[in-house]
Amino acid sequence: MLRLILGRLVQIAATLALVSAATWLAMGLMPGDPIDLALMADPKLTAEDAARLRALHGLDQPLHARYLAWAAAVLRGEFGHSRLFAVPAAQVLWPALGSTLVLLGWSLLLAAVLGVLLGAWGAARRRAAPVVDGIAILAQSTPSFWLGILLVILFAVELGWLPAGGLADSPGVAEAARFLILPVATLAIVNLAAYARHALAALQAELGADYIRTARMKGLSERAILWRHAFPNAAIPVVTVLALDAGSLVSGALVTETIFARPGMGKLIYDAVMGNDYNLALLALLLAALVTMLATLAADVAQRLIDPRLSR
Amino acid sequence: MRLRLGLALLGALALGAALAPLAQAWLGHDPFAPDLLARFGPPSAEHPLGTDDLGRDILLRLLHGARVSLAVGLAVALGATLLGTGIGLLAAWRGGWVEAVLMRLADGLLSLPALPLLVVLAAVDTGRFGLPRGEALSDILRIAVILVAFGWVPVARLSRAAALTQLSLDYVAAARVAGAGEARVLLRHVLPNIAAPIAVATALSVAGAILAESTLSFLGLGIQPPAPSWGNMLSNAQEMVFSAPLAAVWPGLAILLAVAGCTLVADGVRQRLG
Repeated sequence: MLRLILGRLVQIAATLALVSAATWLAMGLMPGDPIDLALMADPKLTAEDAARLRALHGLDQPLHARYLAWAAAVLRGEFGHSRLFAVPAAQVLWPALGSTLVLLGWSLLLAAVLGVLLGAWGAARRRAAPVVDGIAILAQSTPSFWLGILLVILFAVELGWLPAGGLADSPGVAEAARFLILPVATLAIVNLAAYARHALAALQAELGADYIRTARMKGLSERAILWRHAFPNAAIPVVTVLALDAGSLVSGALVTETIFARPGMGKLIYDAVMGNDYNLALLALLLAALVTMLATLAADVAQRLIDPRLSR
Repeated sequence: MRLRLGLALLGALALGAALAPLAQAWLGHDPFAPDLLARFGPPSAEHPLGTDDLGRDILLRLLHGARVSLAVGLAVALGATLLGTGIGLLAAWRGGWVEAVLMRLADGLLSLPALPLLVVLAAVDTGRFGLPRGEALSDILRIAVILVAFGWVPVARLSRAAALTQLSLDYVAAARVAGAGEARVLLRHVLPNIAAPIAVATALSVAGAILAESTLSFLGLGIQPPAPSWGNMLSNAQEMVFSAPLAAVWPGLAILLAVAGCTLVADGVRQRLG
């Protein structure tokens, strides 16, 4: 187990180094460096001023030298400034991460619980299995941004029950929750399909096993058989989905946060890329990647705790 | 059953895409020209699905959007399948450090959140490579290249696993004993036997590509207006949910049907294999 964790941490560090280098290169190819933007904003700047500013900020250095200097600073814990928000980057990053983790946590919980319940329903009632399959295929094929817009139209525009986006103005848990309902519902519905399908398949396979027949012979109720006997064994593939889906959850957060105007990691990356804020975009991207990979690792560890056979 | 339903869905969409110019001639509108007197028109005989904020016919724009989505989907399927199968075969056949490097690369790409990376890559200024900016065809190509960079991974993992199984079987040894070269063993013997799992992965990669293209276009990083794509039609519709909520329904429904069609085909092929 320790070897698994250490090996994966090394892999995570290598991936982050590769991603940051590749992204740095890609961003070098994006339109407009900060001095170009300053030139556009202030027509009084001369060519000499621009050259002086470039030298001052190290922008006259070659791309790889700038990358190494940036990476060294980040490793020392100096995250630099966000040009877009005009504050130190760390001041925007951590609150955004918190907001995203709240959104993802609730969505994941809801998706897993609803997905497993749907799967269990399909496994317990033979007639319901195709219905569950159909729901899963529909949910999986639904573009999250479309679902978000439809929910806004229904609950915010037509019914007027919930806010269309943004954050609560007044403090209070109930008020904050009102703003969370639609984004969480969007993400949860799109993500529950994988849980439903895997729970259905795994439970169906377990319910055909000999130990289930023995349990029936003992006279146990169907409910006890499903949840006490079949489910613990069927939980393993469900946790696998958890491990595989961390990336798609973070991707989903980008879309939902953009639609519902929630300041989180996804919207931060999007805004930073659109606003040519390279430093912030790169930091946010790496942080999102780090969180995703740590989540995957946590799910893998959980899987080995549930099923000791995997560790051998 | 699934296979048929999926193929029927995809066939209907392909037919719609192919017939777009015909429908345009029949209805007699230009889906690209604004008609400010016909803004937010309700569905009518003239405009079966109504008109958008610039008075353009929504049905015709949907049909043209189908061409974009299917083009991206097919281009990504082709690229991802060729690249993924090649890498998977190479890894399975060569083994050793080549396999280790390629598969760690695949694991790394799979563990990353795809959309944030796609957003960064899609924002790269292709004008710096001398490609034309803002034309529908170059947008399609740009999006397809970015999506292939991620899309090869599932194909490579599946084809490697399948090829490893095949390479350990006796008929491969028999072919080698009979004097077949390695290229012949891989292309004539192994490849046909791993075609089915590759087909499943390809169908799924088309679904992923259509979804990713529409997401990027929705975010304003994919196909640029005035060229219609389902994604940018939806981002347009989002801005007018208060005045014309129905306009947001159709493009999303089209994406849903296209993606569901590909998923059903993949499921159907998998079921046939047992």
